[in-house]
Amino acid sequence: MPSKQELLDLQFIGARCQLIDLAAFLDRVDRHEGKSDFRLDALKKALPLLLEDRPDRARAVLEAFSDHSAEPAAKATIQGAFGAPTP
Amino acid sequence: MDYIEPHAHMVSRSTDDYEKMALAGCRAICEPAFWAGFDRSSPEGFRDYYRQLTDYEPKRAAKFGIPHFCWLCINPKEAEDAGFAREVMALIPDFIDSPTVLGIGEIGLNKNTRNELAIFEEHVQLALDHDLAILIHTPHLEDKLKGTRLTIDALANFPKLDRNRVIIDHVEEHTVDLVLDAGYWAGMTLYPESKCTLSRAVDILETHEGDRLWLNSACDWGVSDPLAVVKCGLEMRKRKHADEAIHRILFDNPKRFLSQCPNFRLD
Repeated sequence: MPSKQELLDLQFIGARCQLIDLAAFLDRVDRHEGKSDFRLDALKKALPLLLEDRPDRARAVLEAFSDHSAEPAAKATIQGAFGAPTP
Repeated sequence: MDYIEPHAHMVSRSTDDYEKMALAGCRAICEPAFWAGFDRSSPEGFRDYYRQLTDYEPKRAAKFGIPHFCWLCINPKEAEDAGFAREVMALIPDFIDSPTVLGIGEIGLNKNTRNELAIFEEHVQLALDHDLAILIHTPHLEDKLKGTRLTIDALANFPKLDRNRVIIDHVEEHTVDLVLDAGYWAGMTLYPESKCTLSRAVDILETHEGDRLWLNSACDWGVSDPLAVVKCGLEMRKRKHADEAIHRILFDNPKRFLSQCPNFRLD
């Protein structure tokens, strides 16, 4: 397995790029007109998870973007998905 | 590097993709029945689709020296209309004895509804009645966690089911333990934007026992990459995984699961 130093050499620039892209996305949404929706709320709610000292941040973010209800839905009103649970 | 693509929707891909996969070392392709991107207007549309999967696509793959196999079902996205779904399912026995059919799939849930669940359970029974393996789709994005739990709960109602012959696909960090802990195989789908990226799939491999895991591209008409499996092998190599470990995940594991299907053969 690679060391921390080797992982940084391999992937730091990519991770840096993804973080700047996310920051730019938030700037972009702020800059444009109209109303935001539950998806941006879910994104902002998940961001603090990145700074938690835990070994499963990816899992925590996925769970934050998940529908946690337990019962089957009565019927489907759409076929697709939004990426965050509808309020 | 030699690899098996255990989940690809080649009816949506170009002939160039077959050539690229052959050049990259692909030794077999398995194609589950799926949604065409739009709802078919009649059950008979599925008859043509099953002909394409069992007859035409193996011939197209053979031109590049790749054996092609398939799984049959009506996909979850078109299972919400249960009456329509049952008409389609009635066609499946006509094709089940085709020489390249592996089993029933990809069945499962999409929006986690009661109708989807009923049709899923009827597919499981169909597989049991014909002693076939099962490939299960798990829902997209926010619906995946709930859908995976509902799927595993529903499967528990089939005590005769051999869990070693069931693979639950599209797992991610929040669902992989649910699947493996219940005794099923788990598939990781490598997509650029949803499901697993290459790096995250390797993370899962590094943090789990890999005996019941496989990788697939699930390449289709959407944002996807038919070379994703072999690219993940390269990602493993960059992260210092031994060649034997890479071969085990890319080739041995899918071969071991698929060899439980009598029609799966690598010549």
